[in-house]
Amino acid sequence: MSIFITGTGAVTPAGWGVPALLQVMASGQRPALSSIERPCGGETVSTPVLRVPAEGATTPKFARLRRTSPISKYAAAAVAEALGPERMASIQAGKLRVGVIFTLMNGCVNYSNRFFGEVMADPAVASPILFPETVFNAPSSHLSALLGSHSPNDTLITDGAGFFNGMDLAAEWIERGDVDGCLVVSSEEIDWLSAEGLQLYDPQAIASEGAAAIYLEPAVGPVKLLRLPDPIPLSNQSRAAAAAALRDVLQVYGDDDTLLVDSACGSTRLDAAENSAWNTWAGQRCSPRTLLGEGLGVSTALQVIIASEAIKTKRVRKAIIVATGANQQCAGAILGG
Amino acid sequence: MAYFSDSPSPSQFHRVVVTGVGVVSPMGMDFEENAAGFREGQSAFSPITLFDVSRQRVGTAGQVDLPPILSKTASRMDRGTHMALMAAREALASAGLSGGAMPVIIGTSAAAMPIGEDYYKHALSTRADRHLQLRRVETYQAQRQMTDLCRVLDVHGPMRIISNACASGANAIGHAFHLIRSGRAERVLAGGYDALCQLVFAGFDSLQALSPSGIPRPFDAARDGLALGEGAGFVLLESATAAQARGAVVRAEVLGYGAATDIHHLTQPNPEGDAALCTMSAACEMAGLAPGQIDYINSHGTGTPLNDIAEGRAIQRWAGNDVGKIHVSSTKSAIGHLLGGAGAVESVISLIALEKQFLPASLHVREADPVCTFDLVRAPREAHIERVLTNSFGFGGANATLIFSKEGAR
Repeated sequence: MSIFITGTGAVTPAGWGVPALLQVMASGQRPALSSIERPCGGETVSTPVLRVPAEGATTPKFARLRRTSPISKYAAAAVAEALGPERMASIQAGKLRVGVIFTLMNGCVNYSNRFFGEVMADPAVASPILFPETVFNAPSSHLSALLGSHSPNDTLITDGAGFFNGMDLAAEWIERGDVDGCLVVSSEEIDWLSAEGLQLYDPQAIASEGAAAIYLEPAVGPVKLLRLPDPIPLSNQSRAAAAAALRDVLQVYGDDDTLLVDSACGSTRLDAAENSAWNTWAGQRCSPRTLLGEGLGVSTALQVIIASEAIKTKRVRKAIIVATGANQQCAGAILGG
Repeated sequence: MAYFSDSPSPSQFHRVVVTGVGVVSPMGMDFEENAAGFREGQSAFSPITLFDVSRQRVGTAGQVDLPPILSKTASRMDRGTHMALMAAREALASAGLSGGAMPVIIGTSAAAMPIGEDYYKHALSTRADRHLQLRRVETYQAQRQMTDLCRVLDVHGPMRIISNACASGANAIGHAFHLIRSGRAERVLAGGYDALCQLVFAGFDSLQALSPSGIPRPFDAARDGLALGEGAGFVLLESATAAQARGAVVRAEVLGYGAATDIHHLTQPNPEGDAALCTMSAACEMAGLAPGQIDYINSHGTGTPLNDIAEGRAIQRWAGNDVGKIHVSSTKSAIGHLLGGAGAVESVISLIALEKQFLPASLHVREADPVCTFDLVRAPREAHIERVLTNSFGFGGANATLIFSKEGAR
């Protein structure tokens, strides 16, 4: 069965929507940095971050989204863009069975941070409104509610390469006939705790946030999912060995018509494994994280969207997307026209 | 797993069998201890010693008396992963395996939250050691913990970590079932786990979802909430062909799985149990069974007023005229709600019922709720059991149903 990407949606520090994302990629200019500051022991801890701009928000109006933290609002906006109004209406009318697969690494950190702070202060008065939104699958639940969909909905916790796990599961559901189409979504939000946590890995790493969604279906479209091999686990090998093994499995060679979208973030240490595996690549190449920051679960989803758009606009005939996760797997996919 | 556009889609279904089972729960540290405890109708709640509950309304839970971690590799494992390791190791050993290449699918909800709590507390201090904070951030991540677990078990393959709240463990086993049934995998290690932690305990307390007495009474007319617990359950699923080829002992068969999403409310089920009805019906249809052929239901049965009425209504609607013949209990009454581990541990309890031929009980019931037009099992009793169904429902509306049987009892 052939499966196609027929919709994409994105919320990034570049702005709300895929066009804003593509504009930043075309310009090669990183969006403006801001910082998260907090007092600590009489000092101010300041952490540079790339945040989604407040202006231009496209989050659909929906009652359950009123009390949610940004992770759910970003995800809903990306999903609405990926589906478009007509398909949204068909799903809401029960004419399309659409599954939701949500991949994330960090999750609902803002409310978790606030809630645990309240628990530390006095658990007897900790807010019952915050707690449900701290659960990993709260954002994906809101998406199914937004769509009025009772179809399967799974949340996967993964490392930065996990979006491919979501795509693999979507292909499985579609092939089995469980759904007519499937959304694969990733969304992350940042707070001081997570932004500082990322900098423990590399002080140069810039935490980012946002959401990305793709819609997969068996209908014919301009972007075909060609290969999605099993991820290479890190349980029995190094990241470098796994990245090299992934390149072998993908069986691709650089040419002018093929784009490599990799997961390099600009950190010599963190990028070494992937750079070593792909150092002989002769074709076109782009590294979205170097402009958009480290969005954890979202970043790989944005790679897929950038690759998909390159094929859709016939800039290239084929695109390879690879991600070298931090502590679970190396994974990748090939898209074609 | 994997997808290639030029490969044919799976078109043939394979029989799926259980060849390995492992469990850690407040009732016991392995399959046999759990079987003995449920057979005797024991209740396993105790005062919480893992964190400060002096300012909570409730101070008890189903807490596991966990032995110390001895191996160096496992020393950075969080409490939940430690329990998962023990259960997964038992499942592999009972299947006659010592590792191997296979997919691993795991459900969890809180994951390594206690380490996250520790990271948060240290981050508030200017004296926090950077190296130790990095270790906390790294080992807080569920995928890091599960990668370490696979390394210790010498099991290597694609890994999925499902976090669908309280249905996670059942979903994990359901995913594994589908992979084997469709021929995408020969065998899969699957299960779920969660450990008690302060954030989640305080969260349920803030929702006033915990029984003030600390003793849950699922399906009691005056039930007043759940009790939390912790633990892990794992199964080794294989295609019948693969199991036969290596001479493995078949413990049970997986006949059906259903999953659906309840969009009524983030934390409350549809009062008529629509999604539960959907998953029970779908699992039965896949199994080729009528409700009257199910000998026992291990219910989700949390003991909260809203859950039990919704599940009870779903069972009534699903069973129709056969409802009076259906034996139902909630084993959360004995060990508490294990959240992401619940669906997997309750699957193992269902396998215990099948293997040991008894019905585990819903304990502490004083007067059954009127919704119990089914046979609510209030004390353990021997029974002839061929097929069991287990329900798991979670926050966010994740609903899942699994059906197990004795081999060949379709």
